[in-house]
Amino acid sequence: MSTEEALKSQFPQAGLVFSQFRDNHRIGVPAAQLMDILTFLKNVHHFDMLAELTAVDYLEYEGSKDRFGVVYVLVNTQSGERLVLKTHVNDPDPVLPSVYPLWKAADWLEREVFDMFGISFSGHPDLRRILSPDEFTAFPLRKDYPLKGRGERHNFPVLTRSDG
Amino acid sequence: MPFEVSELAEMDAPDKEYLWTLNFGPQHPATHTTLRLILTLDGETVVNAVPHIGYLHSGFEKLGEHLDFNQYVTIVDRMNYISPLHNEISWHHAVEKLLGIELTPRCKYLRTILAELMRIQDHLLNTGTCALDLGGFTAFLYFFQQRELIYDIVETASGQRFHTSYTRVGGVAFDVNNAWVDKVRSFVKGFGPVHAEVHRLLTRNRIFIERVKGIGYLSAEDCINMGVTGPLARASGVLRDLRKDEPYLAYADLDFKVIAAKDGDCYARYLVRMQEMLESIKIIEQCIENIPAGPVNVDAGTKAVIPAKPSVYRSIEGLIQHFEVMMPNRGFPTPKEEIYAATESPNGELGYYIVGDGSPRAYRARTRPPSYIHFAVFPQIIKNHQLSDVVAVLGSLNIIAAELDR
Repeated sequence: MSTEEALKSQFPQAGLVFSQFRDNHRIGVPAAQLMDILTFLKNVHHFDMLAELTAVDYLEYEGSKDRFGVVYVLVNTQSGERLVLKTHVNDPDPVLPSVYPLWKAADWLEREVFDMFGISFSGHPDLRRILSPDEFTAFPLRKDYPLKGRGERHNFPVLTRSDG
Repeated sequence: MPFEVSELAEMDAPDKEYLWTLNFGPQHPATHTTLRLILTLDGETVVNAVPHIGYLHSGFEKLGEHLDFNQYVTIVDRMNYISPLHNEISWHHAVEKLLGIELTPRCKYLRTILAELMRIQDHLLNTGTCALDLGGFTAFLYFFQQRELIYDIVETASGQRFHTSYTRVGGVAFDVNNAWVDKVRSFVKGFGPVHAEVHRLLTRNRIFIERVKGIGYLSAEDCINMGVTGPLARASGVLRDLRKDEPYLAYADLDFKVIAAKDGDCYARYLVRMQEMLESIKIIEQCIENIPAGPVNVDAGTKAVIPAKPSVYRSIEGLIQHFEVMMPNRGFPTPKEEIYAATESPNGELGYYIVGDGSPRAYRARTRPPSYIHFAVFPQIIKNHQLSDVVAVLGSLNIIAAELDR
């Protein structure tokens, strides 16, 4: 039985959206069902590798209803099958369950999404900023963050040699 | 690996006061690039390591949303600057998949040769500097001389030694000539003896083996669970290589082996990389004698492609198309779709997640950088090793900070 049929019979009420573009098999998943479906895919269908976890800010995307999309790329290392799962979260409080208990690879990947988009992951053991400094307050990859201009750097305290 | 609260409390306990903290980096010759580790040491044993990254973060992905598909090549170049051309090939692989462009056979072979040259270039630097950090200077010099030859080959093709910006949507910037083919041939001929010499210097060298054998062990299950790919995973016995599993470019036609080991330590990684270089030479040998004739760029009827210079200068259609592709306010239509496409870079799975919104710019250009995923593994595998092993493990992971931080 293919993964698609299995998911359909296991989660008939979930409202999964299946599609294909080139060789990407994609599934749109509601955020509420995300954890159940990922657990099912990992434990029953042997999708044992989380190849990629990233987010997209759809603020300026034509025809988009939701603010953020979070993308999971799963790989079955035995059969080589790949799945691209996408779920949506919205302002004011974008939260998703952390998949760290399933794949340790999610540790830094979720921290990066948190750092760049401000989407938090409940249950993550150590959700801190990773690429930008801890004092940073904005989320740079959101679409309402400008490409250039006077940045946060100007607000940092200046330490002179005599202070040290 | 996160810093767990219970561990912190344990270290603060009065009877653990002898533990001391060492700041390693961000400017340290053995980190090679700008990254920082905070090590907690018990004598010389590493009890805990906390990586702090982001020193080279320069917003590449944000830039990717403002530059068009051809312009962004100059940025992806600068991510993994040990094998710059491979990033370009990966990036345009993803873009062409989004646009649905099928490359010409000549371009496929040309890109395959360049990709494999980049794999050799990466492994040369990695094994060379790994030996250098552990005190073996000669191997490093021998390998860097070979890297110099690869720079020459790349310069002949693109006009630049390092940040080549050579690929374009649907092809490459310039076709190669016979002088280039001769250079590749002579490189392939001369590489074997140098490789054998370094093999004799290091592989059974007792000093080298004692520094790397059994160090930095990573099991196959951990590799898969933590997303580790490429030579690191293959050194732990994970038989996964995108060139075989999801063939792209000309790899489906070629005869080559996937190199793997079982031990999962630094020595196994060294052996895998050494052997992979020979496999890459085999691939180049097969390709260079069979480069198909014909155009290197796809037909200019595809609106996304920059037309050849003669047609720009001599025909109005060529001129118009050149204008359309080059002007920032013109461009070509792209599908309103999203795609994830990955290639087997020298370091592991290098993927791009591109969201197209109909314009010739990516709405989102996400890179899946192998270094980033691999560095997350570091705190786990360095635990209970000696301080001097930090250098050996960092060397074998091949962390490139520009790709790590983007």
